Amino acid sequence: MIETGFALSWIDYTIMIVYFVFVLGIGWALKRYMKDANAFLEAGRSMPAWVAGLAFISTNLGALEVMGMAGSGAKYGMLTTHFYWVGAIPAMVFLALFMMPFYYGSKARSVPEYLKLRFDEKTRGLNAILFAVMTILASGISMYALAILMEKVLGWNFHLSLVLSAAIVLGYTYLGGLSSAIYNEVLQFFIIVIGLLPIVILSLQDLGGWDGMKDQLAPIVTAKGYAADTWTTTWKYTGSAAANPLGVEWYGIAAGLGFVLSFGYWCTNFLIVQRAMSAKSSTAARNTPLIGALPKMFIPFLIIVPGIAALVLLNKQGSGFTLPEISPGHYNYDYTIIALLKQYLPAGVLGLGITALLASFMSGMAGNVSAFNTVWTYDIYQSYIRPVTADKASDDKHYLFVGRMATIFGVIVSIAAAYLASLFGNIMDFLQTIFSMINAPLFAVIFLGMFWKRTTGHAAFTGLLAGFTVALLHHGLTVPEGAATLVKGGWICNLHTYPVEMAQNFWTAIIAFSTSAIITVGLSLITKQKKTDEDLKGLVYSLTPKHVETDIPWYERSSTLAILVLAIGTILTILFW
Amino acid sequence: MGIDIKFPIGLMFFILGLFLTFFGLITNGDTALYSRSLGININLWSGGGMLVFGLIMLFLSWRSKKAKTP
Repeated sequence: MIETGFALSWIDYTIMIVYFVFVLGIGWALKRYMKDANAFLEAGRSMPAWVAGLAFISTNLGALEVMGMAGSGAKYGMLTTHFYWVGAIPAMVFLALFMMPFYYGSKARSVPEYLKLRFDEKTRGLNAILFAVMTILASGISMYALAILMEKVLGWNFHLSLVLSAAIVLGYTYLGGLSSAIYNEVLQFFIIVIGLLPIVILSLQDLGGWDGMKDQLAPIVTAKGYAADTWTTTWKYTGSAAANPLGVEWYGIAAGLGFVLSFGYWCTNFLIVQRAMSAKSSTAARNTPLIGALPKMFIPFLIIVPGIAALVLLNKQGSGFTLPEISPGHYNYDYTIIALLKQYLPAGVLGLGITALLASFMSGMAGNVSAFNTVWTYDIYQSYIRPVTADKASDDKHYLFVGRMATIFGVIVSIAAAYLASLFGNIMDFLQTIFSMINAPLFAVIFLGMFWKRTTGHAAFTGLLAGFTVALLHHGLTVPEGAATLVKGGWICNLHTYPVEMAQNFWTAIIAFSTSAIITVGLSLITKQKKTDEDLKGLVYSLTPKHVETDIPWYERSSTLAILVLAIGTILTILFW
Repeated sequence: MGIDIKFPIGLMFFILGLFLTFFGLITNGDTALYSRSLGININLWSGGGMLVFGLIMLFLSWRSKKAKTP
């Protein structure tokens, strides 16, 4: 067991048990509302905007993200906020104002279904199958990471943790479907904030506040060869790759992260979009990403700042703070949050912190399983295995049954994926890479589909395939400097070396997006558009009536919220420039 | 759908708040336990905060319910 293991007391276990009782209880309370597939897989399209909004970002607050971002805070400082500010806010605002009208208004029940309505069956099929596989793998990886963490940190049996966590997730998603997943994500959001707040407050207090931390950072950072305030600024040192620890220039961040990667993720990933689609009205659906964006902008202060504090503590004589080492001098920053919990939290709040981590792992799993259910039932099963019949009542019952079975199936396959992950150390990085190769082309295709009525099905399908293939080739032909395994790239041959992995990721995404866009536009011009204007009404910008907001009070309008979000984002960017 | 999530959230944090505040009170002055949290009885503060948050959520939930029933 590593040095960051700890023993829990009765109060810690009590907190955990109370939490899980409520999680399962919510599922149980929802059971009687699960009358048909629509209720089970789409939450009956009845979620209030604030619930959908919090679930929207909570889904994204998986434990791997939480722990990873804290580690990144130690490794890169406030530059990590690029993943939360420029790398999320523009995309979320764009999704809210320009894409949700089509996702929600088209009555598509999933992103693949939008593709079918807008393009054709084969485009839907390609996306549905890729998404289904990727999302179950992601669920399995979460499960694996949870079990490993519990084994290393709490000494619990790996297999028992795995099966127990799978059982809890299965329990509440089987009982209450998407509604259960969403409500629990809202619960999870609050417990993460409340559970992690103590270490933020205590670590900053310990270092003499923000200014005290800045002062102590200066010698550590200059020793690494950077300017003294590099860890507390975001854009100042992005003029050249060598001036910042991320190893990218500002245009790489803006185009790669700020545009392609973030739009590819936030605007097309069904796991995220599903939460907005569950909203109770078109206005609520539009407001969901905007409501989610507000807390999203402040999460860096919860997760990244303690990571920066950890760097100071690591280098501070007599602090008692350590991280496990991969090799002499090279720390495993993934354990940053764990080490901070151990450093500052006595029994009681410690249990709260561990519960927060457990909660975020499980909600990652539940989110993936609920997205999988919907895509499996509607896009794969209903499309290819057993389509709708004339008997609506028996159809409803049948698809509800299929949805429930898909939950069980999804959890079982996730367990298998978890064991697969245990065999391949780098599987998480690999999955992230593949996801961005799929998302970037998908964004190009959906964007073109929503704003250019001339885009055709053949072009979209080919664009998706081409974008993915070219991205794969790019990955096979380039390596980041110092890459040890073939999972990082260069498995065909090494034509180009990138200074850091992030640069390679950005360029892979940019190339995937561009290829897909060019091919889709090109082929659309030479293939026949099979859809009439009537078919495309509500699916394309030029053929959809404009949204009128004058009958809604100003504080509920999407435009007001969007302006608020962008204003706060701009202020934060300026404050931490 | 069906349930008002503010209620379970409020109830859970209220209960957790009770537990932590209670624990914080009985361990108050335990310098060994709170040495790692810089001498602050973080359980008491956290518990108190959760109690307040839970009560706010419960209040909001009760208010929604009242607004629904004529």
